[in-house]
Amino acid sequence: MRGAILFALVVLAGACAPFYLPPYELSLLGRFVALAILAMGVSFVWGTGGILTLGQGVFFGLGGYAIAMHLKLAGADAGSLPDFMQWSGLTTLPWWWAPFHNGAFAVVAALALPGLAAALLAFLVFRRRISGPYFAIITQALVLATTTLIISQQPYTGGFNGLTNFTDAFGFPLSDPNTQLALYWISLAVLVLAFLAMRLVKASQFGKLLLAIRDGENRVRFLGYDPLPFKVAAFAIAGALAGIAGALVTLDLGVISPAMFGVVPSIEMVIWVAVGGRDALIGAVVGTLLVNFGKDWISSAFPDLWLYAVGALFVVVVTVMPQGIVGALRGRHLRWPRPAAAQPVAVEGP
Amino acid sequence: MTESTLVAGQVFNGISVASILLLAALGLALSFGLMRVINMAHGEMLMMGGYISYLATSLFGKEPGFFVGLLAAFIGTALFGALLEVTLIRRLYGRPLDTLLATWGVSLILQQAARSIFGPIGVEVTAPSWLAGSLAVGGTALTGFAIPAVRVFIIVLAALVLGGVAYVLTRTPIGLYVRAVHQNRAMAEALGTNTRLVDLAVFSLGTGIAGLAGAALALIAPVTPTVGQSYIVYAFLVVIVGGLGSLTGTLFAALLVGLFSALAQIFTSVSTSDVLLLVAVIAFIQFRPRGIVARSSRALEAEV
Repeated sequence: MRGAILFALVVLAGACAPFYLPPYELSLLGRFVALAILAMGVSFVWGTGGILTLGQGVFFGLGGYAIAMHLKLAGADAGSLPDFMQWSGLTTLPWWWAPFHNGAFAVVAALALPGLAAALLAFLVFRRRISGPYFAIITQALVLATTTLIISQQPYTGGFNGLTNFTDAFGFPLSDPNTQLALYWISLAVLVLAFLAMRLVKASQFGKLLLAIRDGENRVRFLGYDPLPFKVAAFAIAGALAGIAGALVTLDLGVISPAMFGVVPSIEMVIWVAVGGRDALIGAVVGTLLVNFGKDWISSAFPDLWLYAVGALFVVVVTVMPQGIVGALRGRHLRWPRPAAAQPVAVEGP
Repeated sequence: MTESTLVAGQVFNGISVASILLLAALGLALSFGLMRVINMAHGEMLMMGGYISYLATSLFGKEPGFFVGLLAAFIGTALFGALLEVTLIRRLYGRPLDTLLATWGVSLILQQAARSIFGPIGVEVTAPSWLAGSLAVGGTALTGFAIPAVRVFIIVLAALVLGGVAYVLTRTPIGLYVRAVHQNRAMAEALGTNTRLVDLAVFSLGTGIAGLAGAALALIAPVTPTVGQSYIVYAFLVVIVGGLGSLTGTLFAALLVGLFSALAQIFTSVSTSDVLLLVAVIAFIQFRPRGIVARSSRALEAEV
């Protein structure tokens, strides 16, 4: 009961933020709220499922591009191509752009494309019981390959600059403060809904099995379950959440470009969750807000310091407080680890 | 240039890339195979080696500085690796994913430190004059292709390092300990092997080799704060394809990855070949999930 009241108060404080926050901080908050949706996905697969992903940027980007393609097409005059295609000398629209004329298709695609892509990757890799560091490295290679591909296909993707210069979204002018305000409330609503939904998922049998797979995949096998579909489903959910976040951030900033979801941004997404506490969904939200506001403050006050700070953050959080802020508040795991016992914990096969 | 010389040239390029990947991946494969530790700062060891080589050539001049640089790069990065192992990695054994994140933090700090010290723009290391030339193969410059001496040097260096590591592992008492820990850590420990020391030695040898690779790499490309980043992902792919901690596997995987990229570039662009490489690796692990050389074990959750 106390938890529910606290939750309601926090949501209320968030919903009223436009009335007491200065505009700049509000625009930051809106973006970070959207990013927190992605972070909950990371927390779900990593904290609950034990699957570390360094590649959420790919799914974030897919969601962002799906929306951005629709906005580009909607912004172009009837019968003409989006501006960057004309500059690159294209005369006809690539076939895979055509369905994005339809706004509803784009919205569904922003959710479904990343989800399906994540499911396919997870299926191909986990099918052969490859997990742990191997999977993390493969996801990182995927980010690298995706961003390189997008940058090299300038005529079709906008290349390094990405897709930008949108005029309006679904009939609402993007520069209008009211549109931005509505976008903030939409982001917050999606975050709250996703949070409640993920709580249900975590409490369900699926969530419990995922936790069991994290702690002893082979034992789960011996109990008669095949871990594969659970891991694939979990990763697909995280991918879809990242896609939603990508779509919202694209609308918010009015741009999506490979630099927003490359190798480094993708791994930063993990540190948000690590700082907040990987075990709890709320940790992902808290961590995302803290790290991103911290990043904004440090990189405007001391531009050179940000990489040092985030580097140190990785080291300190992982060694001293592996359960993050939420774990520390619960009074556990705040210590400088001693050298581990000589016999390492048995690690699942590759 | 005829078709056959084009292919031959790309094959040579592939072997040249493979030799660098081999040097970069050896340390990763060794420490990953032995300790299950993913060192994301491994690429920065390359970068560090490159900068050490740069400092050495600017201090001691082109000719002696080059050899001083190679030696100093090896020793310097090996010492740094030892420091990293003792202060950080040792504390995270058995938590491979956490090691990965912590060492990524170290790598960000090292990159920014390099940027603060040497600036964001790359520094050049000039090769000694006897490495400056190139060998023409297959007739004149128009019909054949040129093999730069530096690249031959790097291939030879990689072969020497591989031979040296293989010799140490199979013919020396130290190698015996390493193999013992690799095969069965608990049993080696029970029989009195100081596994901590073995881990430390292997990890610092691995980072030392990466430093050497960086010093060699500095001869063909400018050293930038992010030079390690551009090689590390491929080095990891080599480790995945090669199998855990196997020298033979790493060698063949480096050749496969290097040749695949180089030959793919005959037909397509560099960026598309990157994507194809990743697809190929994912396809490859469908057939051999444990890499080219898989250690067979009856243990269900094999430690190594």
